[in-house]
Amino acid sequence: MAKELLKGNVAIAEAAVRAGLQAYFGYPITPQTELLEHMSARMPELGRTFLQAESEVAAINMVYGAASTGVRVMTSSSGPGISLMQEGLSYIAGSEVPAVIVDIMRGGPGLGNIQPAQSDYNQITKSAGHGDFRPIVLAPGTVQEAIDHTVLAFDLADKYRTLVFVAGDGMIGQIMEPAELPPMRQPAQTRPAWALTGADNRPKNVVSSLYLGAEKLEALNKRLQAKLQQIKENEVRFEAINTADADIVIVAFGTAGRIAKTAVTEARRQGLRVGLFRPVTLFPFPSSQLEKLAARTKAMLVVEMNAGQMVDDVKLAVNGKTPVQFYGRTGGAVALPDEILDQIILLDKRYPAKKATPNGQGVVISVA
Amino acid sequence: MVDVMMEKAPEKVMWAEKMVYERPAALSDIPTHYCPGCTHGLIHKLIGEVIDELGIRQRTISVSPVGCAVFMYDYFDVDGAEAAHGRAPAMATGIKRVQPDNIVFTYQGDGDMASIGMAEIIWAATRGENITVFFVNNAIYGMTGGQMAPTSLPGQVTGSSPNGRDVEMTGMPIRMAELLAGLPGASYVVRRSVHNIQTIKQAKKAIRTAFQVQMAGAGFALVELLSSCPTNWKMTAADSLTWIKENMVPYYPLGDYKVADVVKTLNNRGK
Amino acid sequence: MQTELVFSGFGGQGVLFGGMVLAYAGMDNGKNVTWIPSYGPEMRGGTAHVTVVISDEEIGSPLTRRPQVAVVFNIPSMTKYEDTVTPGGLLIYNSSLINHSPKRADIRYLAVPANDIAGKLGNARMANMVVLGALIAATGLLPLEAVCQALRNHLPAAKQKFVQSNIVALQRGADLVKNLQAA
Repeated sequence: MAKELLKGNVAIAEAAVRAGLQAYFGYPITPQTELLEHMSARMPELGRTFLQAESEVAAINMVYGAASTGVRVMTSSSGPGISLMQEGLSYIAGSEVPAVIVDIMRGGPGLGNIQPAQSDYNQITKSAGHGDFRPIVLAPGTVQEAIDHTVLAFDLADKYRTLVFVAGDGMIGQIMEPAELPPMRQPAQTRPAWALTGADNRPKNVVSSLYLGAEKLEALNKRLQAKLQQIKENEVRFEAINTADADIVIVAFGTAGRIAKTAVTEARRQGLRVGLFRPVTLFPFPSSQLEKLAARTKAMLVVEMNAGQMVDDVKLAVNGKTPVQFYGRTGGAVALPDEILDQIILLDKRYPAKKATPNGQGVVISVA
Repeated sequence: MVDVMMEKAPEKVMWAEKMVYERPAALSDIPTHYCPGCTHGLIHKLIGEVIDELGIRQRTISVSPVGCAVFMYDYFDVDGAEAAHGRAPAMATGIKRVQPDNIVFTYQGDGDMASIGMAEIIWAATRGENITVFFVNNAIYGMTGGQMAPTSLPGQVTGSSPNGRDVEMTGMPIRMAELLAGLPGASYVVRRSVHNIQTIKQAKKAIRTAFQVQMAGAGFALVELLSSCPTNWKMTAADSLTWIKENMVPYYPLGDYKVADVVKTLNNRGK
Repeated sequence: MQTELVFSGFGGQGVLFGGMVLAYAGMDNGKNVTWIPSYGPEMRGGTAHVTVVISDEEIGSPLTRRPQVAVVFNIPSMTKYEDTVTPGGLLIYNSSLINHSPKRADIRYLAVPANDIAGKLGNARMANMVVLGALIAATGLLPLEAVCQALRNHLPAAKQKFVQSNIVALQRGADLVKNLQAA
């Protein structure tokens, strides 16, 4: 299929439709509204379900209901809406039904603004609701990746019966660039054995996150943790550019990651050995890959469109093997390549080459 | 013993076995956790009987609330989902929209529906969702041990209104049937009670109609059922039934609050 | 090679659309392109701006602090972007609406009386196409025909009737530059 000039929000919506989405429930919020609008036209046209809910609270519980019947279902929102969805997200996780959530992040906290940000990182990778669960989180950096991640999100959600987030930001939502959509897949005609379809000549199915006895609830938790372990082992995705000989490695995801690419190119032009490590899955986090890199870099620079969230995971991953510095912009501001380059140059001057650093005792420094 | 009986089995049996009462097939053969004298069990039975009579057990999906009926999915032998507190109408919407051939019902208490879930029920009714809703109003939070509910009566003593519900501070109790009947999207909204044989019979009829509305694709149907909570009302089962009659019915009059034309047609067809 | 351009003006001046036509033309000619607008409340009444990047390489940052080309349609945009153009770059301005004395010596300026030209063609709303034609002629970024073809390829069916008049507007803009260059 030929490339088309596609807006991120529209591309994600159409990719979901082509991945066999049966139902979409959502509530308008900038900067993801084009996604909902695309669904409002496209889903009824295909005889599928679109419903604009009365709130994000209702939307996520509609998702929960539809997911309980074993169909592919999704919603999309931005930070303030994701906060409202946390209750439903937790129930979905506890009930082990698959669902895909798109978060087109904007500046926070509170009402914040509608400019691009990555400040929901902690919320969606670590605390998407009460109780012990973690969604798989995919972080696209381009429109093409947003499309590919959306399709992958449904496959992973079904495979593990889990929540999968596609975590973009306002820029991914609003940008247009050439990309190729996948071929159309029809929604599955059959339903999984656990789905609520009516107890017709089979024992009844129940979708619930309620386990009153400690033993039973602990069993659920153990099952969820085992699943997370499996996900950690099999689903880590990342992109590493020019890291093989890099003295300094930039770690950045999504939009910040693609912007950092330009900074890396410019740094190389200036003779600095700089590489980029871009986590594609924010959960599972590519920790061991980063740890390996840490052993041979003199410093890492984490760049985010927030006040420093993923940087904690980077520090945990490298475990002191290399200094980790943070550079972030907040409130909808975006770090541009020249700012990142300035940080690289500072870092390059501050730290001697790796061989001069006592092994495993790199100083961990964080500068806001 | 069995052998002996077999041996004795006479050819000239003087009586024929006649089943006069049995558990509806729609109800699972397990004891409920409801308190003695509580009318939840009775309401379950009425719903189960109607599901049997309508022959819809195999395509029914229940949505349980958070509240005393949280384990409802255990008691009905139908597919079931457990919703978040107050969100049953949204969850039922999600199910029904992708499974229009299933019969989807929610069963919600007064706290679940009239307090935390007010937005979800208002909007399900407004959209005319083709679901059936049973609203069990016992004027108290049962599961958490007897706190003031949105439907607690003025002056009613509860765990969180120890001096009686002060309506100056908390407002007057909400009449859900009247409220929802005012929404154009609702097709069938009635209030019944289960405090004596006559009201139980009327309740069952309404439950039946509420399912029939959905089966006909005729939109949103809700039956409010005045129900007892002897434990948290701190009275005997018998007294609690009297309390419904003497205290709840005057504030929550029984009756049909919305019977859309499309539903009247159904009723006539049935007769 | 990579070119970063900013288009800026009032909402309603077709600023975003002008950038989009350029992005389409770039894509159709095998280039990597990005198009990213300002969005939200700014869309109504304030300045609308869009950053377009056209590149032979994979595009990293779709945003830039120092565009090689700024195309400004109104005075606030002139004020905002004149200082940002990278030295040696180009600033194209709509001289029908902007009466401006260039203040920098290290960039090129191109004054296009876009509203006047478009008005003479019968529709002031085509000012954006006049400017785009001038941009193409002044930069040689893409062949003018590529932009014309992008209109044919990508305008929705309901808008196809405007293709020919838009192509004329593009041509007028390009002619203006050629005449300046010849003079």
